[in-house]
Amino acid sequence: MLNDQVQKEIRGELEHYPTPRAGCIEALKIVQNHERWVSDTALQEVADLIGIPAAELEGVATFYNLIYRQPVGKHVILLCDSVSCWLTGCGKIRAGIKQRLNIDFGQTTADDRFTLLPMACLGNCDHAPSMMVGEVLHQDLTPESLDQILEGVD
Amino acid sequence: MRVKITVDGKSYEVEQGDNLLRACLSNGLDLPYFCWHPILGSVGSCRQCAVKSYQDDDDTEGKIVMACMESSNEGCRISIDDPEAKRFRAQIIEWLMINHPHDCAVCDEGGECHLQDMTVMTGHDSRRYRFTKSTHRNQDLGPFINHEMNRCITCYRCVRYYRDYAGGKDLDAFGVHDRMYFGRQEDGTLESPFSGNLVEVCPTGVFTDKTFKQHYTRKWDLQSTPSVCVHCSLGCNTILGERYGGLRRVLNRYNADVNGYLICDRGRFGYGFVNSDQRISEAGVRIADGCTLESIDSDVAVRRFTSLIKNKESLIGIGSPRASLEANFALRQLVGKENFYSGASAQEFELVATVVDAMRNGSTQTPSLRQIESADAVLLLGEDPTASAPLLSLALRQSTRQQSILEAAKAGIPMWQDAAVRGLAQDSHGPLFIATPAATALDDIASETVRAAPDDVARLGLAVAHELDPKAPRVVKLGARLKLAKRIAAALLAAEQPLVVAGTASGSKAVIQAAAAVATALGVARAKAAAPWLFLTLPECNSMGLALLNAKPLAEIKQQPKGRGGSVIVLENNLYRRAKAEQVDALLDGKTLVVLDHVQHPTVDRARLVLPAATFAETSGTLVNNEGRAQEFHTAVMPTGAIRPSHGWLLSGLTACRPDEKHALSLEDLRAACAAEFPELASTWLSDESPTLRYAKEKVPRASFRASGRTAMHANVSVHEPTPPEDPDSALAFSMEGFRDPDAQLIPSYWAPGWNSVQALSKFQFEVGGPMRGGKPGVRLIQPCKDAPPSYPDEIPAAFAAREGEWLLLPLSRVFGGEELSSMDPAIQVRTSQAQLLLHEDDGLSLGLSEGDIVEIQSEVGSFSLPVAMRKNVCRGVAMLPLDTPGVGFLQLPLYASIRRVSG
Ligand code: SF4
Ligand code: SF4
Ligand code: FES
Ligand code: FES
Repeated sequence: MLNDQVQKEIRGELEHYPTPRAGCIEALKIVQNHERWVSDTALQEVADLIGIPAAELEGVATFYNLIYRQPVGKHVILLCDSVSCWLTGCGKIRAGIKQRLNIDFGQTTADDRFTLLPMACLGNCDHAPSMMVGEVLHQDLTPESLDQILEGVD
Repeated sequence: MRVKITVDGKSYEVEQGDNLLRACLSNGLDLPYFCWHPILGSVGSCRQCAVKSYQDDDDTEGKIVMACMESSNEGCRISIDDPEAKRFRAQIIEWLMINHPHDCAVCDEGGECHLQDMTVMTGHDSRRYRFTKSTHRNQDLGPFINHEMNRCITCYRCVRYYRDYAGGKDLDAFGVHDRMYFGRQEDGTLESPFSGNLVEVCPTGVFTDKTFKQHYTRKWDLQSTPSVCVHCSLGCNTILGERYGGLRRVLNRYNADVNGYLICDRGRFGYGFVNSDQRISEAGVRIADGCTLESIDSDVAVRRFTSLIKNKESLIGIGSPRASLEANFALRQLVGKENFYSGASAQEFELVATVVDAMRNGSTQTPSLRQIESADAVLLLGEDPTASAPLLSLALRQSTRQQSILEAAKAGIPMWQDAAVRGLAQDSHGPLFIATPAATALDDIASETVRAAPDDVARLGLAVAHELDPKAPRVVKLGARLKLAKRIAAALLAAEQPLVVAGTASGSKAVIQAAAAVATALGVARAKAAAPWLFLTLPECNSMGLALLNAKPLAEIKQQPKGRGGSVIVLENNLYRRAKAEQVDALLDGKTLVVLDHVQHPTVDRARLVLPAATFAETSGTLVNNEGRAQEFHTAVMPTGAIRPSHGWLLSGLTACRPDEKHALSLEDLRAACAAEFPELASTWLSDESPTLRYAKEKVPRASFRASGRTAMHANVSVHEPTPPEDPDSALAFSMEGFRDPDAQLIPSYWAPGWNSVQALSKFQFEVGGPMRGGKPGVRLIQPCKDAPPSYPDEIPAAFAAREGEWLLLPLSRVFGGEELSSMDPAIQVRTSQAQLLLHEDDGLSLGLSEGDIVEIQSEVGSFSLPVAMRKNVCRGVAMLPLDTPGVGFLQLPLYASIRRVSG
């Protein structure tokens, strides 16, 4: 069940749009802010709140790869693997994460702390390789800086 | 306006503003496409229809454009054959096919696949992609549709049809790029009663017919026959596929005036009764104990029959609204017109007569089903067509887009620019007012809905009529509905082409008359503008045909000299569905009962003589649909064993018992006799679709060019190839040989060189989506009386007042389970939900009920029990009872009843 707070936020958000259906992405983001991901029941409830079929909302949810339809860890690492980062060695960073956290793309650590996902260009090519951990952008990555960054995360 | 365009140096005439793809296809050119579809328009997403377009005569370079997204204008010059355009198209298909499993050999679509056709057309013949293909999990979509997602080429047609066109809510597109998935949000039955069209709309083998899978045959091995659907009064055209003497599947048959490209799931999947092992396959005579039916052979059966009908004076013939015009007329010939009775219930008889009267004597025009799509304001009274006449509901859904299409046209956006037109419209829908006792499947797009008992629906209708024409009777004490009536009247009056819809499923004569009154008053108010449209549904596939034969109502039988022997011949009819059991028993007691039918039912159970009749798939005949359109169907499966068409049994009986008179001997004679007696029907058979029709002395073959195994099919029985069966009743042959021509009157299936899928249809039309070059759209038999003075009902029904402790039982139509023949189909049975008594939630609560409780419904005619469903969207004080609820027996509704909780 979506709690009252989430429902309230969604209702508030929907008011900004001429048709409620237009606010569906924001609604999904609100759920995700609160619950990290969008479960089947949450999806159905949001669809009912907006007044559109669940199938339609699922179409939107699965279109965007930053709407998570599977559980993710507390911190989502978005490692850029586009051209600039690839040329400057994102492979090594990926290997570093694997070594340290024992997860590869699409996986979550056993303690539910980290999920690693590949990411298309973060728009930060001049400081490649780049990645985001949660909301924070990290740049000019090296295997060493990676260790530091991961250690700094709670 | 027609303009000239040049395609590869040749000049063609096309409609100005039409998209170039449609223009090319309409001119018989081959240009591959996927996302475009005649009823869905263009979105330009698949990039398959690329052509080279040149700016002017001096342009030698040209540029690649998508033909489906470009308008045809005078002087426009394009090339399909341009090498770059060709390479582009081959490249596109290579991409589309990257993940395709190439499993044609085990794919049900194989041999009639648009993807196969288009791939061959582009010339792409070897794949370069060497990597892993993405694969998907398939869903169980219920008893009708098979899902094989790996074959998808992401053209989006399925969702555009199912969701945008048909208003379905449970099919969508999920994911992106390589992971695109088309299906339901979770496994489960597709809910739309129009899901079957996915089979034809999807250009690949993702969505295929699951019922067909159980007795699968390649298209090229089917013998195909043009037919007409028997599962409601609209008379959609179908193609029946036969192999090994069984009916294998039902496909849409295009009729530009009726069903266009679509049929409903009842029509597509309801055919199981034809193949059923419960069929009556032998003649039988009831032996002395009164229970056992003893099989007799056909000759003995004819002799028995003859002896029973010798004495014409004491004969009674009861016809059937689900039997052909010919069978009904043959019965009438046999028993004489004074002894020929309608097999409809008293109520149906009266309602149908009301409809016929409105159509014949009123000045309003009955639109074709197809025309309905272009109505721009609609008033729907009394029933949910989704259940009573399914395809009407789909047509009405399109009509609510009409105003936005007109808006778009004003903004310079042509109708075929699908995404743009829908984008402009957003959620707005043209005026559709619905007044019914319970929710309808069109409520989601209605401008306003009112839940009211039939009498109040009629009052609202009459009030609208009065707003439009003060000469129409004034309804008093309408309360808030007076304002509504004014709004409806204003919307109808403002429209270019208003439409009023009602029908017999409401069970109310007053509603039908009120609908006619609205249309009449609109005609008065609109004066010189085009006649308003009035569309009235009927109970069954040939209710109209039966009415046109002037059968007498069943109730008049009792005026016959009582008892003392005589025979009653019942044609394809279960009388226990038409009247109370006591009435039927009284009617039949002391008489010898002869029943001709193909399915078992209680009337058969008490017959002295049972004659096994052909189903609609095993004979030729004519049905008249609700708009008065006579349409012929033909033998798809040769009847086996003792089974004969009803008219055949009747004619044999007639010849045998009155040998010295001249009688019709064939279907054709019968038609001639019928035409002579009913001039109104004469035009039905004027065309050259007659059995004697030949093209270059040949018949039209049912089998395809490449039918295989003909010589081996029956080798287990005999190695000698049997002679193909003769079909004396049509110009079709059970053969590969004969005359095939897109201009012929009879088109058994669609095929053209390079076009093996149903989309070959374009080659049979003057222009895509327009009338057929050949084929036959049927003949409209009833013309309105243009100069009829406006006439209105004299009586205004009293307002409905809910009674204390009693509920008005009203009939509820259901798309699955509410129609006699399709209800016998196993797949339809899976889709049939348990019958429930539908009540307003608060009425239920006042009875101390909760959802699903079993209640006893008690009326003066007895009692029965059912689970209850409670909804907000039902008129207070009424209870909706599904028609044909098992165990309930015949009930003449409306009826007051008390409701009592039996158990939870
Ligand atoms: S399932 Fe069929 S109609 Fe739907 S996108 Fe795929 S190929 Fe097209
Ligand atoms: S709408 Fe009626 S006639 Fe058409 S396919 Fe359905 S049941 Fe048959
Ligand atoms: S490629 Fe990684 S930030 Fe642009
Ligand atoms: S048919 Fe033209 S782009 Fe798809």
